[in-house]
Amino acid sequence: MCAAMSAIHLSQLSKTYSVPQREAGLKASLRSLVRRKSRDVKAVDRISFTVAPGEVVGFLGPNGAGKTTALKMLSGLLYPTSGEVSVLGHVPSRREKDFLRQITLVMGNRNQLAWDIPALDSFELNRSIYRIPEADFRRTLDEFVEILELKDLVQKPVRNLSLGERMKMELAGALLHRPSALFLDEPTIGLDVTMQRRLRAFVAEYNRRTGATVLLTSHYMADVVALCRRVIVIHHGRILYDGDLAGLAAQFSADKTIGVTLDDPDVDLQPYGEVLGKDAGKVMLRVPKTDVSRVATRLLADLPVLDLTIEDPPIEDVIEHVFAQGAPQEQPA
Amino acid sequence: MKPMIDMYLGTVKISILQQFQYRVANYFYMIGMVAEPVIYLVVWSTVANAQGGSVGGYTAQGFAAYYIVWTLVRNMNIVLTPYAWESRIRRGQLSAELLRPTHPVHLDIGYFAGWKFVVIVMWLPIAAVLTLAFRPMISPTPVEIAGFAVAIWGGFFVRFFLQWALGLLSFWITRVSAIFELYFTIELLFSGRLVPLSLMPEWAQQIAALLPFKWAFQFPIETLIGRLSTEEILFGLGMQALWTAIGIAIVSIVWRTALRRYSAVGN
Repeated sequence: MCAAMSAIHLSQLSKTYSVPQREAGLKASLRSLVRRKSRDVKAVDRISFTVAPGEVVGFLGPNGAGKTTALKMLSGLLYPTSGEVSVLGHVPSRREKDFLRQITLVMGNRNQLAWDIPALDSFELNRSIYRIPEADFRRTLDEFVEILELKDLVQKPVRNLSLGERMKMELAGALLHRPSALFLDEPTIGLDVTMQRRLRAFVAEYNRRTGATVLLTSHYMADVVALCRRVIVIHHGRILYDGDLAGLAAQFSADKTIGVTLDDPDVDLQPYGEVLGKDAGKVMLRVPKTDVSRVATRLLADLPVLDLTIEDPPIEDVIEHVFAQGAPQEQPA
Repeated sequence: MKPMIDMYLGTVKISILQQFQYRVANYFYMIGMVAEPVIYLVVWSTVANAQGGSVGGYTAQGFAAYYIVWTLVRNMNIVLTPYAWESRIRRGQLSAELLRPTHPVHLDIGYFAGWKFVVIVMWLPIAAVLTLAFRPMISPTPVEIAGFAVAIWGGFFVRFFLQWALGLLSFWITRVSAIFELYFTIELLFSGRLVPLSLMPEWAQQIAALLPFKWAFQFPIETLIGRLSTEEILFGLGMQALWTAIGIAIVSIVWRTALRRYSAVGN
């Protein structure tokens, strides 16, 4: 897709931080008075990708991989060290007001609402800052209050809300101006399963109703599975994978999982593969991908099999495997 | 223009709501702040009485007028401290503000200006008690009252922009407290906060006239207590406008460079 047709376009985008360095101890401390040392850390290293308008993309990576730095460059908070970036036709680092009115960045670990007063007052302030017409503001707010079930919460001081309630408010406040590009950085962090599911449903509904483009980071794979068909995996500042969620397992997992239900549950299946566990008579075996058809054939031939399934390993295992790998290979330009 | 006014009114409203949430804390803070001028007032009144009734042109009642108006000007002078920038950056508050389609300086002006309305309401009973206790000599003319009404806001803007500009040093230096301390010491000496400048040596008064601090602090006080002519009031307001313009210019120039240095690490 060409840059002009995309909602988000990055080309060879890099961000390098200069980090002060000093060894421990008094001697090193005195030495640093006259000679300060620093080293360059590449947080994001020549990443390139394009996101189409309306697409919801999962941006995955372990802590420190460069996800948040990339999101901050996309939202205009950070100046890139090199490379090009365009969001909704704007260069984010120019921080044009028209650009800022069309985006939002929600960080799960940070509050943007005033702590001591009801969220409704902060929403009113957002209305004036984003210059939202009164009628549009009321309509959007009513819509969010209904979808997120905020009716009894909007008039409570924010400090009296639970973490989940606060996060719902944060999300509502961040979307009142109906942004066309959403950067969500771990929006469900620390929330219980029910609240995670509700926020996910809200993001999906917002995307459906407005056609907004969403770039989402999360350590909860359930978020990614529920919202994103496409994922981009970043590690050590470089892109490891960009494609379908399903394709991630195909590319990175060396194993498959065979589920076998036998007539006799006491049969030892160790010779066929690594036994991962048993659940209601079904034994899960991890088998190298290259051996799957041979092992499946042997199982069917040797044993009284009632049922046999061949699956990709759980996405969490695949991601863990990807993250556990070393530095990525050179990314093709 | 209308959207801008709408935004300012919104910020002022939020500030008033927040400050009324903390009304008790605000009151104790203001009462604590009164201790400083009362000590100065008692000391200088004693000196004036010991020297035959006046010192540096101030009688005991004159000092009372100076330091009672001092309490209002001091509260009106409260702006975003440069110390706040460090935590503002570290805790990610600045990132949230930078995402908004407006310069953060507007939100700060609105917030602190809103706070002033609460301060003025809370100051009135304190001023009444101080007036009963110290019997100040004060009878301002309409021109002086009008000049004062403009000058206290002028003082706020002078101090606001200069301290905002000073706070931007935090983008370059991690621990800037030492620089801020030096700045505040100079301000304390040359603003008229410690003592009316007319009690200081001539050379100190000449230096003070060249610095911004006097125009933010002593000038509004002297305007209300009747120590300035109409020409001097107009000149002082002009100096406030000049220093405000200098502050705005520094903020405008430094802000873009500061943003390029912003690393927003971890937040």
